[in-house]
Amino acid sequence: MKSCSKAILGLTLLLAGCLHFAPARAETAPASCEVPDHLLSSESALNKVADAVKAGRPLEILVVGSRSSTINTTDGSAYPGRLQAILREKLRPVPVNVSLELQAKKTAEEVAATFVKLVEKKPTLVVWQTGTVDAMRSIDPDDFRGAVEEGVAALQNAGTDVVLMNLQFSPRTETMISPSPYLDNMRMVAQQHDVPLFDRFAIMHHWNDQGDFDLFSASHGIELAKRVHDCLGRALSKLIIDAAHLNPAQQN
Amino acid sequence: MTSIADRIAEPALAGKADAILREAAPAISIPAIGERELRLDLFRGLALWLIFIDHLPPNILTWFTIRNYGFSDATEIFIFISGYTAAFVYGRAMLQSGVVVATARILRRVWQIYVAHVFLFTIFLAEISYVATSFENPLYTEEMGIMDFLKQPDITIVQALLLRFRPVNMDVLPLYIVLMLFLPLILWLMKWRADVTLALSVALYAVTWQYDLYLTAYPNGFWAFNPFAWQLLFVFGAWCALGGAQRMSRILTSSVTLWICIVYLFASFCVTMTWYFPQLGHLLPRRVEQWMYPINKTDLDVLRFAHFLALAAITVRFLPKDWPGLKSPWLRPLILCGQHSLEIFCLGVFLAFAGHFVLAEVNGGAWMHFLVSISGILIMCAMAWLISWYKHSADKSASKSKSAGGNADMAGGGS
Repeated sequence: MKSCSKAILGLTLLLAGCLHFAPARAETAPASCEVPDHLLSSESALNKVADAVKAGRPLEILVVGSRSSTINTTDGSAYPGRLQAILREKLRPVPVNVSLELQAKKTAEEVAATFVKLVEKKPTLVVWQTGTVDAMRSIDPDDFRGAVEEGVAALQNAGTDVVLMNLQFSPRTETMISPSPYLDNMRMVAQQHDVPLFDRFAIMHHWNDQGDFDLFSASHGIELAKRVHDCLGRALSKLIIDAAHLNPAQQN
Repeated sequence: MTSIADRIAEPALAGKADAILREAAPAISIPAIGERELRLDLFRGLALWLIFIDHLPPNILTWFTIRNYGFSDATEIFIFISGYTAAFVYGRAMLQSGVVVATARILRRVWQIYVAHVFLFTIFLAEISYVATSFENPLYTEEMGIMDFLKQPDITIVQALLLRFRPVNMDVLPLYIVLMLFLPLILWLMKWRADVTLALSVALYAVTWQYDLYLTAYPNGFWAFNPFAWQLLFVFGAWCALGGAQRMSRILTSSVTLWICIVYLFASFCVTMTWYFPQLGHLLPRRVEQWMYPINKTDLDVLRFAHFLALAAITVRFLPKDWPGLKSPWLRPLILCGQHSLEIFCLGVFLAFAGHFVLAEVNGGAWMHFLVSISGILIMCAMAWLISWYKHSADKSASKSKSAGGNADMAGGGS
């Protein structure tokens, strides 16, 4: 068995130039992207989500994010699409709709200003992915924290649940983007406003350390991105279900 | 390293100069020429190692850096000691050769640091241009947007030359350049009234906090180390070098000071622990939290400054100047690194880039992280030893041909 996978590995390495590494590896070992419990546990509850699911009302989730909330495909393989598919399956028969509001190249402050309009559609939950643009433009971390606080407060006042999602773990750009002040500030805001934080950075870091994904890979292919987003969608769905204290087994 | 130690070779001349100095400048006293203050070199070397480790992605060694155990970090040590040695060296030059010559020497030094900064920027450009063209992982399309500045070299490079565009980890040298640029003024004022100069520096610090002075950066934001605030540490270092430390010696030896320092360091240690173990967070009273946070590094928060003072006071007390350990071969690498701080600092920044690169290209495991950190430090030591060996042998041959003003830049490796 071992030698077999070795042979496959060798072959894939040989073919790496013309073929994508990812699918071959995916066949030998389906991506195991488990996330340790402490990275998904949250003391903050998603009460609005819990109420909607218990009352059998449709669960409207709005993902507000920048470019890293998408990949260049149209088939819903980015994490918002995966989240919808997984939640629909787990929470059946509750209807789940996940929509994405892409706000490319906008800082937290610029995005927060649009929330008043966005919440007019009355989503049950807003997943706010932010921090990347601010880190790239090295926005003052204090200003960043202020903007995130403002945004979260606006969403909470409008009566939606909120999940904050932080930056991707991007080892290749670490010399150019310094994420830590933004990660720290998002953690702080999440604690202060009692909002679950989906620690995308730590989770991807964990996968990279465990060897689930080689995030250093210079691969030009889309497969790695698809698998990472699938796993992100899975982890996010788990966070939402746990934080809303839903037991999927009972729902089925 | 045409250093203080080498000057002992000419005791007669130096003694004469000293006598002149004392007459000419009653306002400040420069410690008599003695052996090089190895403690300064030791701690500057340590600061350089810590800065290098802090610039790498977090790994085991990161836990040994002091920023994990209190408010201040290696930057404070580096800037303070730089102020101290710069004032020591150029203050003497100013008294011996006059303001104009000393200013010229300082400006030459500023130029060297500026060139070093631009050189590092070039290396940085080379690295990221390579990454930009070889790396197109669709997962990171957004993060790759950071390379967009490569599309506007006309603006970016000019901004870098103006010190307004600084990539990650390249913030210390611009601060150092600005501080050194004002050193002639600082020294000139100190020559007149050292305490008044320090008071002015404190006033500027206070004004900075009150009116929020800052220097803007490109494309937005501002300098990560605000020179208006950080000058306080630099000037304080200079003040200590020019006799302030001696005058403070009674305060430094008092046991009240010692206890204040110990209590403060312990308190700051406890606060830092709440950052790493959030479950301890509730132990911290809410009011203290509101008063304390944020602890601002950009503007050199008073808490950071106080933490550095406490550390320094305790160090000076328990590590006497003539501690035999300073001569031990085990501390030699650190001292050597500290003696060639500009070169080793630049090398450290370069090695941090290279380390990131190796981690990205080869493998990013924990062991590799550890290996990169350790080999980085070894390379820094080897380089320091090499420079020291070269300067030593170059000086030897130079002294044969007896060049008169040979010590034009004894701070060459020293400040």
